[in-house]
Amino acid sequence: MAITQAEVEHLAELSRIKLSPEELEKYQGQLSSILDYISQLKKADVKRAHLESGGEIKNSWRPDSVKDWPREEVESALKQGEIEAGQVKTKRVL
Amino acid sequence: MHLNELTIEEAQLKLDRREITALELTQACLKRIKEVDSEIKACLIIGETEALKEAKIADERRQAGETGPLLGIPYLCKDNIMAKGWRTTAASRILEGYIAPYDATVIKKLRAAGAVLLGKTNLDEFAHGASTENSAFGPTRNPLDLSRVPGGSSGGSAAAVAANMCLFALGSDTGGSIRQPASFCGLVGLKPSYGRVSRFGLLSMTSSTDVIGPLAKTVADAALVLQVIAGQDGLDATSVPERVDQDAFQRAIQASDWPGLRVGWPKEYFLKELNPEIRRRLEEASEKLEEAGAEIVEISLPHAQYGIPVYYIITPAEISSNLARFDGVGWGLSHPAADLQEFYKKNRGQGFGPEAKRRIMLGAYVLSAGYYDAYYKQAQLVRNLIRQDFTEAFKKVDLILTPTAPHPAFKIGEQVNNPLAMYLEDIFVTGASLAGLPAISVPAGLVDGLPIGAQLIAPRLGEAQLFQAAQFIVEKR
Repeated sequence: MAITQAEVEHLAELSRIKLSPEELEKYQGQLSSILDYISQLKKADVKRAHLESGGEIKNSWRPDSVKDWPREEVESALKQGEIEAGQVKTKRVL
Repeated sequence: MHLNELTIEEAQLKLDRREITALELTQACLKRIKEVDSEIKACLIIGETEALKEAKIADERRQAGETGPLLGIPYLCKDNIMAKGWRTTAASRILEGYIAPYDATVIKKLRAAGAVLLGKTNLDEFAHGASTENSAFGPTRNPLDLSRVPGGSSGGSAAAVAANMCLFALGSDTGGSIRQPASFCGLVGLKPSYGRVSRFGLLSMTSSTDVIGPLAKTVADAALVLQVIAGQDGLDATSVPERVDQDAFQRAIQASDWPGLRVGWPKEYFLKELNPEIRRRLEEASEKLEEAGAEIVEISLPHAQYGIPVYYIITPAEISSNLARFDGVGWGLSHPAADLQEFYKKNRGQGFGPEAKRRIMLGAYVLSAGYYDAYYKQAQLVRNLIRQDFTEAFKKVDLILTPTAPHPAFKIGEQVNNPLAMYLEDIFVTGASLAGLPAISVPAGLVDGLPIGAQLIAPRLGEAQLFQAAQFIVEKR
């Protein structure tokens, strides 16, 4: 189950990761051998399996109430980025 | 005996009797860290001033008449769990400079219990790995043999406990990351049931299997830590309401036998390829269980062979989503670039290490149009078959016994360029993770002079049963 260098480039693009030419080559080989291995799963007989049997875990509900988070924790979270007028600043999206 | 070598139980007794103080205990651990950690490299950061302050407060609380299982007990915490005001790295460059603005629920609970946080330990970046070599800050060494890995991804926590830098440490287990390093370092490592311990404040890897748990010197110590950190949490919708039963834990650890106990020996985990010395140690462990009244029953987990492929589809899929939030905006590494796309790609390209990149891309692959059904959906179906295998097995037996790892600790660098070989390390541990079951690794003797672990797996929320049987294995060593 080899994947091509072009496919690795596409995956890197989807993943928003810049790779060097050396990395592209290295990951092409490594991802191919991993995919080879995990592809054995296609042989598994899943006729008896269904997606709903999610075990014994149930949904856990709580009231959708607004909670006041400690002010200094909010500030300490925000000040780690670039802030302008109380908003996190990012590059232009459009 | 040095104070840092005590178990939690021993230290608690001495603290209760006023023979020692939390401050002395903390100072002994800090001294030990200074002596040995320049070689072992288990810790990423030590907060001496803060720890000494917490120890003094614990002593004051004891003076005021308070007692508690962890009051004044020094511990270390894997650096993918947030502690307010502490640098949190997940051993990744992408979190450069990040300071945790709040406490994880487990840290909050440990603070309330009076445990003393000494520092944060090394790990494979974002907990991706089985050797602690995938850390942006370099590998941790196994204190029992410095040329070898301590296992991973909670390798820093395991090495620190094995080298007596602390009385216990917190790790996280997504597909073996507490149990395998416990095996490599000769410790007790507990992966609680999924949902038993809140994940709030744990940096997410695979949200459907991530669990926080202890690495400890004894089974009793692991139980003491679990009773403090367990519990439902409104901030983690997957945490479960069932309470831990402290009395049941106590009774389990003190029990001298368990008449009628049935222990499953899954034939798929004891193939002829298994290292004969490991098989021998597991047979010895099963004999100890028999002495305590157990009957060993051969069972079948027919889909065990698919554990690794399922795990290495579901895990990268969840990682590709969970790690999408690290984009250079708002915190961490943030180099300027011409436009937004370039900015993302540059910071993620420079910030993530090789294993994180491989897993993110693999996740993008198995989730992408055209491959989703063949990989991700198929993996979820087989995951349910794996879960059903365990349900069927637990109709016949109370617990399941397996090796924790296929071999003792390997040499640093030995398989660093072969990610697939590293994935196969998880052969015995992914099953319990995928099924959300509690599992414990306990020391089961030596192979080639190095420790190896026996793994016990219980039905969901069966931690007390795990402790009881685990105690039979270690007690009679």
